Amino acid sequence: MKRTGILRILVIAGLIGLLEVLCRVGVIDNFTMPPPSRIAYDLWRILITGKFNAAIAKTFSNAALAFVLAVTIGIAAGVIIHAMRPLREALDPFFATYYAIPVLAFYPLLIILFGLGDAPKIIIAFMLGVVAIIVNTLNGLDRVPRVLLKTARMARLNPIATAIKITLPSATPYLLTGIKFAVAYSLIGIIGSEFVMSTNGIGFEIAFAYNNFDNATMYPLILLVMIVSISINTGLGLWEKMLLSRRGLR
Amino acid sequence: MNGTGRWQGTLILIVALIVLWQILYWIVGDIALRSPWQTLSFTVKLLQKPSFWPHLIETGKAFAAALFFAVALGLAIGMTLGLKRIAGDVFEPMLVALYSIPKVTLYPILLLTFGLGISAKIAFGALHGFIPVSLFTINAVRNVRPIFLKTGRVLRLNRFTMITRIVFPAAMPEIFSGLRIGFSLTMIGTVLGEMFASQKGLGYLLMNAIGLHNVDIIMAITFMLVVFAASMSGLLLAIDRRLHRRV
Repeated sequence: MKRTGILRILVIAGLIGLLEVLCRVGVIDNFTMPPPSRIAYDLWRILITGKFNAAIAKTFSNAALAFVLAVTIGIAAGVIIHAMRPLREALDPFFATYYAIPVLAFYPLLIILFGLGDAPKIIIAFMLGVVAIIVNTLNGLDRVPRVLLKTARMARLNPIATAIKITLPSATPYLLTGIKFAVAYSLIGIIGSEFVMSTNGIGFEIAFAYNNFDNATMYPLILLVMIVSISINTGLGLWEKMLLSRRGLR
Repeated sequence: MNGTGRWQGTLILIVALIVLWQILYWIVGDIALRSPWQTLSFTVKLLQKPSFWPHLIETGKAFAAALFFAVALGLAIGMTLGLKRIAGDVFEPMLVALYSIPKVTLYPILLLTFGLGISAKIAFGALHGFIPVSLFTINAVRNVRPIFLKTGRVLRLNRFTMITRIVFPAAMPEIFSGLRIGFSLTMIGTVLGEMFASQKGLGYLLMNAIGLHNVDIIMAITFMLVVFAASMSGLLLAIDRRLHRRV
């Protein structure tokens, strides 16, 4: 492993150790935060007993559904928008300011529209993710080398074969960037809306535990969310780096 | 695209969104939606109510304070990590990881640390905003042309003068992009913080209105937030482009 990697692990271990000491000594009292070792142990127990399996399954299935919707609709929309120049120019300012808008502010409206169920959460997560997919699809399609498209025309490939053999492989690294964001955003959207107002899911359980001063449940669940999202993102990030470096893009 | 072309595009887009909204209203009806015109007139009415202003001021105050901390912290972290190669390599991926996790789950920790009130909201807004500011500043500082730094060293500038006279001006356009995104994320964080366990502010009003089934308030506040966020972001984006063009 490289030196920076080792240093990073040392820094993280040092921070966790510091927190542990501060909690044990009593600088941070246990009503605010239990020691990290205790949180890890509680998380282990929660996973073994399966107490929150239903909530965990709910959150991840909703996030997965929102993610799949964002990717399929996003890529389709990206392809259509890429083909229509004026539409793209009109939508340009929309994409530029989209992520400045607090999407979660639409959640109350969606609850009124669809009722307090899975639909508003999935729509919020979808809304967060889809634009990242569209923008990166456009970016990827822009960067398909002209010469490859000309070669395809010379080989008389039909449009479908061109898409599968030329366009898709060239655009893949950029699509993956979009996908990486969509994974993060769908989790953020689902857990965020569960947290703010919902009847189930990990976010709801965290909020519920907070309201009941139940630190033995709240902290382990927060840790679980952090571990899952950081490992998914790191994994996708490594894959993206691999793809890009294989093409000499980075 | 030139300046006027962009303005026209934005105008067309706004008109299209309003038309879409009106059509949606015709389909859904009065139970769950208001038309653009109704929303606008209710927003004006809301702004004239004295009972509404404390909420707006609360959110404004929390946002301003959060933005201050996000920018100060972000610039300090960015400058430090940008100038120290090893520290940057060690901490930058940690900031990226923090950016991608659902930070809302960290809010209860902030509530327990700062107590229920404006300080927890400020901390939560700043937590959202400082990350892009630091990430952009790190990159900006690293991309400052080495010749500038060498010149500074030849002139024997001290660290402070080096940062204020050379690094900061050279890295400004890029840092500004970070500030622009930091502005937006701070606002998102502040409002999100108010939507959970809060007794004051626009986010609180929004959540409170669900229980009351008050569609007017929900539409008006969502409208205000979106208009404010979009127009500020558009303004900052225009400045951003200008700064980048100058270099």
